[in-house]
Amino acid sequence: MLHFALWKRSTIWALVVIGLALAMPNLFYERVERHNDAVQAIELQGATPELVADRDAWPGWLPSGLVNLGLDLRGGAHLLAEVRVADVYADRMDALWPDVRDALRAVRDEVGPIRRADSPPAELHVNIGRPEGMAAAIAAVRQIARPTVTLTGVGSSDIEVRGAGDLLIVQLSEAEKEATDNRTIQQSLEIVRRRVDEVGTREPTIQRQGADRILIQVPGIGSAEELKALIGTTARLTFHPVVSRTDNPDEAPGAGNVLYPSLDDRGIYYVLERTPVVSGEELTDAQPGFDQNGLPSVTFRFNPAGARKFGRFTQENVGAPFAIVLDEEVISAPVIREPILGGSGQITGNFTVDDSTQLAILLRAGALPAELVFLEERTIGPELGADSIAAGKIACVVAFVAVLFFMVASYGLFGLFANIALIVNVAMIFGLLSLIGATLTLPGIAGIVLTIGMAVDANVLVFERIREELKSAKGPARAIELGYEKALSAILDANITTFITATILFTMGSGPVKGFAVTLGLGILTSVFTAIFVTRLMVVMWMERRRPRTITV
Amino acid sequence: MRLKLVPSDTNWNFFRFASITFGASVVAMVASIVLFFVMGLNYGIDFRGGTTIRTESTQAVDVGAYRAALSALDLGDVAISQVFDPSFGPERNVAQVRIQAQDAEESITPETINTVEAALKAVDPSITFPSVESVGPKVSAELVRTAILAVALSLVAVLFYIWLRFEWQFSLGAVVALVHDVTLTIGVFALLQIRFDLAIIAALLTIVGYSLNDTVVVFDRVRENLRKYKKMELRDLLNLSINDTLSRTVMTSVTTLLALIALFVLGGDVIRGFVFAMIWGIVVGTYSSVFVASNILLFLGVKRDWSKDQDGGAGTQFAKADG
Repeated sequence: MLHFALWKRSTIWALVVIGLALAMPNLFYERVERHNDAVQAIELQGATPELVADRDAWPGWLPSGLVNLGLDLRGGAHLLAEVRVADVYADRMDALWPDVRDALRAVRDEVGPIRRADSPPAELHVNIGRPEGMAAAIAAVRQIARPTVTLTGVGSSDIEVRGAGDLLIVQLSEAEKEATDNRTIQQSLEIVRRRVDEVGTREPTIQRQGADRILIQVPGIGSAEELKALIGTTARLTFHPVVSRTDNPDEAPGAGNVLYPSLDDRGIYYVLERTPVVSGEELTDAQPGFDQNGLPSVTFRFNPAGARKFGRFTQENVGAPFAIVLDEEVISAPVIREPILGGSGQITGNFTVDDSTQLAILLRAGALPAELVFLEERTIGPELGADSIAAGKIACVVAFVAVLFFMVASYGLFGLFANIALIVNVAMIFGLLSLIGATLTLPGIAGIVLTIGMAVDANVLVFERIREELKSAKGPARAIELGYEKALSAILDANITTFITATILFTMGSGPVKGFAVTLGLGILTSVFTAIFVTRLMVVMWMERRRPRTITV
Repeated sequence: MRLKLVPSDTNWNFFRFASITFGASVVAMVASIVLFFVMGLNYGIDFRGGTTIRTESTQAVDVGAYRAALSALDLGDVAISQVFDPSFGPERNVAQVRIQAQDAEESITPETINTVEAALKAVDPSITFPSVESVGPKVSAELVRTAILAVALSLVAVLFYIWLRFEWQFSLGAVVALVHDVTLTIGVFALLQIRFDLAIIAALLTIVGYSLNDTVVVFDRVRENLRKYKKMELRDLLNLSINDTLSRTVMTSVTTLLALIALFVLGGDVIRGFVFAMIWGIVVGTYSSVFVASNILLFLGVKRDWSKDQDGGAGTQFAKADG
């Protein structure tokens, strides 16, 4: 038990050194952070003298991983959003209508004239002239169903078709809804990420949470409101043919049409065809600029397919107005003076420069497939975070000194060994946190302080045991050996149970609580390691050197 | 000269006043439950939904004026409390404003926050808002469910682990001690009306972990002594085990408390409630592993035949693996 093979010794010391090395950059937090930012910036946009100076402030061969500071320490905004996945079903139904129409026209002899009827958003209702031809109609529409591709619903088709009287009802199948939901969330995640990246903040966290939620954390942003303005807008841009213009907000738009308000002229409404000619998905670029009158505007460019559709539409409708619609509001409804064949255009409206810049960002990043509803939001000011860090640091130092003093007073030299192990232990926690890029939160600091208190426990268990064994008048070597041997089961049982609770906290908790669980769990691992390896190795090396006849613990 | 918190070779009889200590625990638990139902917990927005705004100003906080300004906005239940911390000094006056969850809103709208901030600025132009947090009722309901589940799950996991490593009597004794600790902690939060939020659940679970740590160390010694002294009266054996481990129990509690008290005094007001829960929990947890868990064990009795072939070798298998 007291014999350590050389390879074991070297492994233990190597682990300690690696732990210390990984923790070290955190002592020079700001310098290393600037170094890391500079390295990234140089990669992306080339070197400038300032960036190079920042980069060279920290030698490249040293480890440069840092503990991420959580929002409660750094300040920033936190949002939890729910994606209204059902929004997408309506779009799917609209997109399906031309196919359904064509399929039914092909069997017109049996089903008679058809007309799209009003329906709930997730369904498509079609009036059929001859109800007795319903079976044929259903069969025809089922022809256009495609198989769903999901893990669970292999082989099922994407739509369900049924008849009720003279009404043919089409809706998405459950499997397809699930697949669609999944795609919607993925897409929303991607678009939120792109929009946040456009603003260029450091290390935003954008994660899916649960079935239909997105967690967004952006450090350093002024408030959750700013963030919400950026990511909460759907930014769905569409171009519709205009049917008529009215000032009656309750006017019935008629089947296949919609009534949208004007963004700038209050009290003006437009009746538009529901199906857009082109939509923002077919944009390749959008840039803020100014129109010929020097007013802020947004210039956009279509992809080839979009350009073709738009070109054909403008060619056929010269002299007629079309509407540029953003999130169900008409930005403007200019009259087509000549065909627009180049695939690019300009949106003018009552914009400020900020508006046009933001709109360009949103259009570039793409539209959210569905609306986001915010369930939770938190803004923490950077000063509050800085205060918490300062207070946490002082508390850690005081806690450390108190425990170190107390251990030496109680156990003398052995207490000193335990103290060295404790310092190694805390350094290793930071090293591990930096290595896995974990986030340190305020409760996380509390977790570290708690670990400082508890880390000595394993050593205390051993030392008390050695004391006991010494009483039964064994030699020091034997007493130490027995002390470690007999204390081991208590150390392991005690730490495993605490580790179980840390694991449960980690899986169930969120945000700050999770941060606490991480430091607590890592603290348990490192404290067991330092107590049963590092302290013991120190004791063993001391014994080999001094070969004491008697020891007092 | 070594510092000794506990004299070496104690032989205190921890069961002499068993009826008193156990009775006191039962009374304290009942009182906690009564407090919980009568006074209730001062839930933070994590659990009831709503918005908290932290305000900071160079002028003294006038709670009455704040309340008057906000009551005009018709926001329902508004609670305002001043926050004190030794590090603030006369130039920093901090208060916490809590607004109930608004009807028909998930998280609070920007307009509502703006009107609240404008109203407070009208009272005190130098006011700033270092943090604004808002939780919708949907999320808070889920957080309550998750929190209860987390505590229950950890109790079950522990029950199972101890049962695996010891015997069911030990397992039950440990869990009764844990329930005791958690109940008493909730009781003190109800009594003092300290804000009860998500972080407190983390503290509760840590208390569970810590108290268990203590209990397991005592039980480990009981298991060892059961093998050593086959004929000893169970009461004496438990007493001996507690005395054996007493010095360690006190040492660890004192070092942990030293660290936590440093955090309590110096760590700032944001985590004070959290640290308070842990300090309280460690005091109660240490008490319960000595006085509650062993009493349960004594009451239930244990299997006395711990001959080597039957103890599952669990206590030693790790020791060998470590070499």
